Amino acid sequence: MTKKIEAIFREEKLIAVKEALSNIGIVGMNVMEVRGHGRQGGIELAGRIGTYKVDLLPRVQLNIILSDHNVEKTIETIQRAAQTGNIGDGIIFVYPVEEVIRIRNGERGHDALTYEGDIDTRQEVLPLAAD
Amino acid sequence: MISLQWVIIGYTLAFGTSVGGLIGGMNFFGLTGVSAEPNADYASTIPHLAFAAYQMMFAIITPALITGAFVERVRFKAFLVFTLLWATFVYDPVAHWVWGVGGILRSMGALDFAGGTVVHITAGFSALAFAIVLGKRKWFGHAPLEPNNIPFTVLGAGLLWMGWFGFNGGSALAANGLAVNALVTTNTAAAAAAVVWMFLSWRDNKPSVLGIVTGAVVGLVAITPAAGFVTPMAAILIGGLAAPISYFAIKLRQKWGLDESLDVWACHGMGGTWGALATGLFATKLINPAGADGLFYGNPGQFAVQALAALVSIAFAFGVTFVITKLLSRFMGLRVTENEEEVGLDISEHGERAYA
Repeated sequence: MTKKIEAIFREEKLIAVKEALSNIGIVGMNVMEVRGHGRQGGIELAGRIGTYKVDLLPRVQLNIILSDHNVEKTIETIQRAAQTGNIGDGIIFVYPVEEVIRIRNGERGHDALTYEGDIDTRQEVLPLAAD
Repeated sequence: MISLQWVIIGYTLAFGTSVGGLIGGMNFFGLTGVSAEPNADYASTIPHLAFAAYQMMFAIITPALITGAFVERVRFKAFLVFTLLWATFVYDPVAHWVWGVGGILRSMGALDFAGGTVVHITAGFSALAFAIVLGKRKWFGHAPLEPNNIPFTVLGAGLLWMGWFGFNGGSALAANGLAVNALVTTNTAAAAAAVVWMFLSWRDNKPSVLGIVTGAVVGLVAITPAAGFVTPMAAILIGGLAAPISYFAIKLRQKWGLDESLDVWACHGMGGTWGALATGLFATKLINPAGADGLFYGNPGQFAVQALAALVSIAFAFGVTFVITKLLSRFMGLRVTENEEEVGLDISEHGERAYA
């Protein structure tokens, strides 16, 4: 099974998260700037005088498509790198992915996701799950 | 547009031969007779045309100040007509009263070195009237209306600070000691107000650069009428006290729930009023023999004259603007539709995107 990890976290944690993911062999990702809020509901910013409330805060969203058996390790890595312990740290979603097709050569599924030196080739001693 | 208005009729309405102290006559219509030769009344050492051109910049900047009150919701057509009417029926008369030879306020001895009354009081209180007539933006008070671009704001404030040396220093109409005094008092007041504003906003939250540059502009406004009449030490007090006056005027405006969007009234109107009054307190003939002594130099009458000139200008600017905007609202439509406002005036009024 192929999964998609969608992690939304603090902008200033992007460098740390990317580095931690690179260390465990995650080589592909998409990053987008998003705005939003969770239970925190926003913050006060300083204006001309006093403050005004901003309810949609900037965060980054990082998407990774990967094999099922790598999901837990990747989630842990992101969580550890993105965490401050304060409200507003963000959230991680995991979705099933129907199919993956590499545009360059039409490779599909697991083949389209594997690279030399990535998280799977490092774990080749481990039995690959049934995908 | 005001460049054209000024050349054709504005200059002569403000500086033509006085008709009863109320308005300039038509002798400079189309700048007729305004030449490279000096003019004994206004420009004894520089070309009369240079004086007219210099004054034109005051006439241009003043209606531009008012635009801060009605952003994001006024019809462009109505804005154009308003600007022409306002320049002709508010700015030109008040400029004549205060600066024109024979003008009623000038004849009473009112001092306004570089436009505290003529520029900032008129613009500020007109902004107030305009905002009251126009009403608030759709999401005002509901959604955060964030400052669009802080770096541009700071860049603009820097340009203003620099340009203000031209307005205030230039009002000496010569490169002399008085111009230097105006330059130093201008810089000092801006700095004092910026620093005080920083601490005021720090007390309320954090010292934002938006607050600091707002303070600087308020200091520049307040010193404008006084720049060529007061000492640098007085400039510290004028700037330093302008900051809390405008700061708490903004709080008051917020409490009213009034969407005077860029606080033209609080910053220019109240800053200019304080500057006009402060000129009546701190002016001294030691700085400018052609000026007058203020209250603190033993002449309380000057303070009374300043207060009267400010009051008259406030009432006139507010009243005439109120009438003009009401008339435009009735006969032309002052405000865009709700949908046009939501889409934004860049698209709905001008058909272009500011940020492609």
